[in-house]
Amino acid sequence: MIVETRVVQFDSLTLDSGIVLTPVDVAYETYGELNPRKTNAILVVHAFTGDSHAAGIHEESGKPGWWDNMIGPGKAFDTNQYFVICTNVLGGCRGTTGPSSIDPASGKPYAMNFPMITISDMVRLQKRLVEHLGIQRLLAVAGGSMGGMQVLEWAVRYPDAVAAAFPIATTARHSAQQIAFNEVGRQAIMADPDWNGGDYYGTKPPARGLSVARMVGHITYMSDESMKEKFGRRFRNREASAFTFDDEFEVESYLRYRGSQFVDRFDANSYLYITKAMDIFDLAQGFHSLPQALEQAKARFLVISFTSDWLYPSYQSLEMVSALRSRGGDVAYCELSSNYGHDAFLVEVGEQTELIRGFLKRVYKEAA
Amino acid sequence: MGAPAQPVATTGRRLVREVLGRGDYAIIGEIIEPRAKVLDLGCGDGQLLEWLADNKNVRGSGVEISSERVRQAIARGVSAYQGDIDQGLADYPDHAFDYVILSQTLQQTLKPLKVLTEMLRVGQRIIVAFPNFGHWRVRWSHLVSGRAPRTGLFPYEWYESPNIHFLTIDDFEILCRDQKWVIERRYFLAGNRRVSGMPNLMAEIAVYCIRKG
Repeated sequence: MIVETRVVQFDSLTLDSGIVLTPVDVAYETYGELNPRKTNAILVVHAFTGDSHAAGIHEESGKPGWWDNMIGPGKAFDTNQYFVICTNVLGGCRGTTGPSSIDPASGKPYAMNFPMITISDMVRLQKRLVEHLGIQRLLAVAGGSMGGMQVLEWAVRYPDAVAAAFPIATTARHSAQQIAFNEVGRQAIMADPDWNGGDYYGTKPPARGLSVARMVGHITYMSDESMKEKFGRRFRNREASAFTFDDEFEVESYLRYRGSQFVDRFDANSYLYITKAMDIFDLAQGFHSLPQALEQAKARFLVISFTSDWLYPSYQSLEMVSALRSRGGDVAYCELSSNYGHDAFLVEVGEQTELIRGFLKRVYKEAA
Repeated sequence: MGAPAQPVATTGRRLVREVLGRGDYAIIGEIIEPRAKVLDLGCGDGQLLEWLADNKNVRGSGVEISSERVRQAIARGVSAYQGDIDQGLADYPDHAFDYVILSQTLQQTLKPLKVLTEMLRVGQRIIVAFPNFGHWRVRWSHLVSGRAPRTGLFPYEWYESPNIHFLTIDDFEILCRDQKWVIERRYFLAGNRRVSGMPNLMAEIAVYCIRKG
């Protein structure tokens, strides 16, 4: 499946802050065919550093999508039956308007003049795109991690536009621990002199800071068990420590590699804006309580968490499941067993496929 | 004791049995009216709820302790939840469901009376099916062997059995009377056949539909 990324431009978008962004680009990809009644559309929402390339092989880069093992012919999101859409989030750096985009007022990149954005703003922009494609009601919205936050936001803000919601390995609000890890990442970027108050476009980007931020992130995506399995205490190219600060351990080398690789594909200011949006997100905001917020939703929910995910632990999924049940919500919940930590939602294909494929089939039948 | 319920159209019943096999499932399928809101405790792989959704437009939810069976149920499109029946009902508000079903697991719960009371709180009506330990084969097995009874319905060694409370039909009737619960319907089965007389001796399975007094 060869795919291309498309971009659509909207004149303006009003943000939660009241600021109006003009204009706004949205990068998106689609897979499969929209049926004539437009009832088979599924929006897949990416995690923090993902992009609109969710599936297939990109025609330019030749790279597979970030959820390619879940989206495609015969897969969990079967493109022989469904029309799957994925967009790059607002504030991102992969085609959708973000801090690295040109500010029409100055003719230069926004940098730190980019307005603060929220998860709700991201979802509002996705809604615009979905309407642009002529779709009134999505069969499902699905995503893990930050993608899952957007799934929750969709179900609560646009109850009539979502038949099924699949929030995976996610939360209705960040805990102090989750905010803390994000803050370490932000401070690493801001402490890099090359960050220069966010004004580094056209010069040297804050590669060291962004790379450290990514290293911290990677630790939180794995588990003690998966790191033990993958690296243990193994050294690189030697038997014992040479008493240097080189990347002697496998794990050191891996993190440094991941960090430096990340710099080539991600913008440091996007890192700041998006992590802040995640931290600020609280589904219950504007309501008396989480149950009251989730009571707005009309979708059938399938909530999935993973045993070794300590970044988005199962208790956070259970909190939303409980809230939904207390208000008569329709919710299925399963904690899948995995050693992969938070990464599990990208890696554990077999059981997720079983759950999602079957559940979707039912929802599609009911919607018809 | 109570007379068996009214005869139901045989074609309908046969259909139910062909799909579901188990006699208590067939009866549950007959009791529940279309478009009811149903909670199935110990829903297993979700067969009953799937059947109710397909044939009666029932909106169902299920609770199941085994993660493998929860996965199977969700893969059928059933809103199943992995959890323990003994504590799984607390989230639900009063009268959240038209029916709460407990099929053949009452004898396996830690606190059966608490479970039944909770079921009657969250459901307008409850449907309870359980194996009858008063059946003559159980009594005979116990009398002759002098050991914990083992029959087709109770095949386990005492140390492996999931059954921790041994109740008979008479026991259950007495509980309902003491709690002032109203028994709306009762069905007694041996194999897949209805039992007409002496249910506490002749029935292997009992199915009750109850509401609060």
